Amino acid sequence: MTISDLPRTIETIFRIERVRLIASLARMVRDVGLAEELAQDAFVTALSEWPKTGIPANPGAWLNAAARRRAIDLLRRRRMLDRKHAEIGRDLTEEDHSGFEAIEAAMDDEVGDELLSLIFVACHPILTPEARVALTLRLIGGLTTEEIARAYLASEATIAQRIVRAKRTLGKAGLSFEVPRGRERQERLSSVLAVIYLIFNEGYSATSGGTLTRPVLCAEAQRLARILAGLAPEEPEILGLLALVEIQASRLAARIGQDGLPIPLTEQNRGRWDRLLIRRGLLALGRAQTLGGAPGPYVLQAALAACHARAPRAEDTDWARIAGIYDLLRHVMPSPVVDLNRAVAHSMAFGPEAGLRLLDEIDPATLAHYAPLPAARGDFLFRAGRLPEARGQFELAASLSCNERERAYLLARAGACTRRMDEFDRQESP
Amino acid sequence: MRVMVLVKATEDSEAGLKPSAELTEMFEAMGRFNEELVNAGILLAGDGLKPSSEGKRVAFDGPGRTVTDGPFAETRELVAGFWIWEVKDMAEAVEWVKRCPNPMPGPSEIEIRPFYELADFGDVVTPELAERENQLRARVSGQ
Repeated sequence: MTISDLPRTIETIFRIERVRLIASLARMVRDVGLAEELAQDAFVTALSEWPKTGIPANPGAWLNAAARRRAIDLLRRRRMLDRKHAEIGRDLTEEDHSGFEAIEAAMDDEVGDELLSLIFVACHPILTPEARVALTLRLIGGLTTEEIARAYLASEATIAQRIVRAKRTLGKAGLSFEVPRGRERQERLSSVLAVIYLIFNEGYSATSGGTLTRPVLCAEAQRLARILAGLAPEEPEILGLLALVEIQASRLAARIGQDGLPIPLTEQNRGRWDRLLIRRGLLALGRAQTLGGAPGPYVLQAALAACHARAPRAEDTDWARIAGIYDLLRHVMPSPVVDLNRAVAHSMAFGPEAGLRLLDEIDPATLAHYAPLPAARGDFLFRAGRLPEARGQFELAASLSCNERERAYLLARAGACTRRMDEFDRQESP
Repeated sequence: MRVMVLVKATEDSEAGLKPSAELTEMFEAMGRFNEELVNAGILLAGDGLKPSSEGKRVAFDGPGRTVTDGPFAETRELVAGFWIWEVKDMAEAVEWVKRCPNPMPGPSEIEIRPFYELADFGDVVTPELAERENQLRARVSGQ
């Protein structure tokens, strides 16, 4: 290795060690902001020490020890003499003499627990959803403020402030940094899963910016889900989320056409789907289902994604199975959009009349001005041969759509109704 | 980025695995390493391959296809196992490989090869794409 490579190597090692380091320090000082600073200081120390001493055999343990020593100095200097901090200080002093091996052993035991606890803290419900996302990307994902700002098209200052505020809120809350148990664990876990899926979705169908997808965010969400599944392999919903993001990400390359527009699932070139990710997704889903219990929203959504992933061609799709999964999903994730998709699945499985019956069950007020509703109804009516009604629905949908291309598509379908009616008229008049 | 990490064959791996205390120890060390890869969220797939004596080669020359049975001579160029990792960059892959326990009883080599990715096939973000993106944004905000 040449000398000039060394800082880069140290930086890479730090990137690999950073999250474990922060997780360990956060539990010790019970402050994510301080933990991050301490980790950063340890990195700076390594940058000046390692060129002299060489890279230690276990760089993670070295960085951890350096950061802990610094934490003790800091706590002493701040004269935090209240009982709690005195205790922490005593613990630290003792630990400090125990050498790398002991720290290393402790790290191996605790590291999973510490990392899990850090993830739970970053996704804590006392933070706003935006703050949870930013803090998770910063602390667990290791993205810089600039990278997060670029991904969300926000200014760096906005993101930096969001993260600072989030850290302050967590600091004031005086959290225990223990992994939550029992009932609280389930509630907190659903927040963690929601944050990861939010990150994924922003990457999968970017709501803003120059590209339709932001694969960086998808990759980060996948990595988070993989880490989480590694740390807590007995949680079916974590495996469900992992399966869902792996299978959805398998379509990233096939989702956008040459014209830059999104391609509907049934029209995608399935040859471009990433088979490795599909395989990983199906494996994770299988593991979730083996664990048993009533399937939650992520397992069910993954099961839906899996139905599409398993079909070699669009016409091979098992719509009856999809319809059955939607019947379950609407109970654990009630939403008029789920009901709309359920109606579409039933129409594909059991014919347009079945779809129409289910659409009639949806309270129209909940999806008022939502173009996909009349668009779906128009499609069912068209397939049922009720052309004048279908045309009316397509026209209504077009008037509700904010997207020019979508509007053009819906008007074209309305036009197709008119043409089909004219053909019938000509056939009937001799 | 996705990389394939190739464990190159040695005379030992080509001779086939024979149960030994050393081998058990190596498997355990490799198991711990794999667990680290899983916990870091980078391991996508991986497996070991049997010696080339169990392999076959198909040579192509125009329309001709010639099948050769293993073993193959150039041991150092053969592959004994592989991983597929998702890492930020090559530097990260190199650091992880350095942490891997020696996969062979004697001196051995691991090679890292990046996959081709979408971005390698030209910049897909054209001004037209940006314009369509604006339309999509309008559609999304209209929902």
